[in-house]
Amino acid sequence: MFYREAGQFKTSYKKDQSILPIFQDRIAMVAMLIFCFIVIPLFANDYWLASILVPFLALSLAALGLNVLTGYAGQISLGTAAFMAVGAFAAFNLQVRVPEIPFLIAFLWGGFCAAGVGILFGLPSLRIKGFYLAVATLAAQFFIEWLFTHFDWFTNYSTSGVITAPPMTLLGMAIDNPLSKYFLVLSIVVICAFFVRNLARSEIGRAWMAVRDMDIAAEAIGINLMKTKLLAFGVSSFLCGLAGALWAYVVLGTVEPQAFDIARSFEILFMIVIGGLGSVSGAFLGAGFMILLPILLNNVGSLITGGTISTETIAHIEYMVFGAFIIFFLIVEPNGLARLWQTGKEKLRLWPFPY
Amino acid sequence: MDWWFFLEVFIGGLLSGVMYSLVALGFVLIFKASGVFNFAQGAMVLFAALTFVRLLEMGIPMLAAVGVTMIIMVILAIAIERIVLRPLVNQDLIILFMATIGLNYFIEGMAQLVWDSKVHVLDLGIDEYDAFEIGEAFINKFDVYAALIAGGLVLVLSLFFRYTVIGRALRAVADDHQAALSVGIPLRTIWIYVWSTAGLVALVAGAVWGSKLGVQFAISSVALKAIPVLIIGGFTSVPGAILGGLIVGCGEKLAEVYLGGFVGGAIENWFPYMLALLVLMIRPEGIFGEKIIERV
Repeated sequence: MFYREAGQFKTSYKKDQSILPIFQDRIAMVAMLIFCFIVIPLFANDYWLASILVPFLALSLAALGLNVLTGYAGQISLGTAAFMAVGAFAAFNLQVRVPEIPFLIAFLWGGFCAAGVGILFGLPSLRIKGFYLAVATLAAQFFIEWLFTHFDWFTNYSTSGVITAPPMTLLGMAIDNPLSKYFLVLSIVVICAFFVRNLARSEIGRAWMAVRDMDIAAEAIGINLMKTKLLAFGVSSFLCGLAGALWAYVVLGTVEPQAFDIARSFEILFMIVIGGLGSVSGAFLGAGFMILLPILLNNVGSLITGGTISTETIAHIEYMVFGAFIIFFLIVEPNGLARLWQTGKEKLRLWPFPY
Repeated sequence: MDWWFFLEVFIGGLLSGVMYSLVALGFVLIFKASGVFNFAQGAMVLFAALTFVRLLEMGIPMLAAVGVTMIIMVILAIAIERIVLRPLVNQDLIILFMATIGLNYFIEGMAQLVWDSKVHVLDLGIDEYDAFEIGEAFINKFDVYAALIAGGLVLVLSLFFRYTVIGRALRAVADDHQAALSVGIPLRTIWIYVWSTAGLVALVAGAVWGSKLGVQFAISSVALKAIPVLIIGGFTSVPGAILGGLIVGCGEKLAEVYLGGFVGGAIENWFPYMLALLVLMIRPEGIFGEKIIERV
């Protein structure tokens, strides 16, 4: 009823190309930004900010990165966590070697290093596809984890093999409490989300989707496969590296290489599959789902049993419920939460008529 | 260079490679017949081994325990086909792959909930530390027996595929689902057979690995070791799985002994993957894989 594009004419090329052509969408976007930047900080407590919202945002950035590669360009990657690790360790090392550098530059450096490594491990994608490529990215996962564990130089010869993020200051303000961390992560994530959304609508994004749908056909219509695929790996790894730096600096503070193990890679892959491949909102919906589900299961579990069952048993049941949920979601909506959202919007447009 | 030592490492690598092949075999069976890359194979190995060892601990004789475990694995296969695979027919491969990761979590949780998560000792009546001597090289007897078991299993499976009606139907399904359906092969029954066979392979792999490492949660991670084996051999080839296992096994042992020292050790974890990557660069479909022909 309210959600209609009727009467909204596109009278100039500029309007035709705008990112949110429908007026109601623009209002919704502004409302959401106001909600994130003003309402949440006013009402959320430190627990919500530090343990749920900030990790959620950092992981959605990683999911966004993987979605560029897997959702838009169609290349399966199981090495996301490795690229995050590169970002985190590169940012840390730059700041350790050159202490004067501001942390935002270090984050960017982390992203670019991750992009370089991503392009390197993306080279096999020119010859191999599908699950074979997934294995190639697994090689990145295991190799990079090993590299950071066994070469002390990367951890600045710390005896425990962990890195501790140096304190962050921006324009003279120390970023050390949950609220300022939230603003920092939120700003970075919002910028990246708009960047990806725009990239996906551009020539590059269209080339990615053509490669995803069928790369031989894409090559036949004149798309340079090497450039397109490697660019996808680069952009994806850049975002993952940035997410890794955020994860290390803002969420954890003290990081060991095992924080970026293969389980993390799978977690992020789950996020985009459950959220929806090839959509920006899917990355956020999926990340929200994957962060909230374990917390929900934990609370429900202890509520029902009232502490009579051992924590070990609860952990096992959680595993089962988690697995079952994933299978259930894949069966009910293989295209992810983003598609549910789309269907909902479609229904809203036609309401109160069925079609 | 000590050649006897080299021989010892080499043969040790070959034998441990056979163990990898055993796990890889389960993947190949399912991939061949349904095109699903079954990530839950590791969890199935864990589940089979735990069931087996707990039944033995209850005082059930070994043969009966094998029988009961087998029946349980068949029930599991039927359940998987009913609940997971049937609703997901015709979905993208990545969706099916994700579903098996979900399945992996579920089975891992279930295995430890139904049984428990302690380390169990599984004694198959073979001494683990007994060794043959060939010249100056020592060959672990247990590894040799494990290799013989694996070899026997492969032989039985290939005979089964070649000479039985079910085996022929399996090969037909592997070639082309639709053609198989149109000549009247029941796809669903075939899938149950395949998953049951993978369950049997999981049981054998679980028993062998379990008696070597103890039956525990870590067993499910041998699946990650088996993936490069698959790549090197090709997803669709049983002999490929065996050869891939041998290559990975001795490659990784030799690399650990002769190269590991220079770079700080523990390269076993990623070396097989790099090896697999190298193979892929030269032959993108693995050594024995079917040539992929693509048309627009």
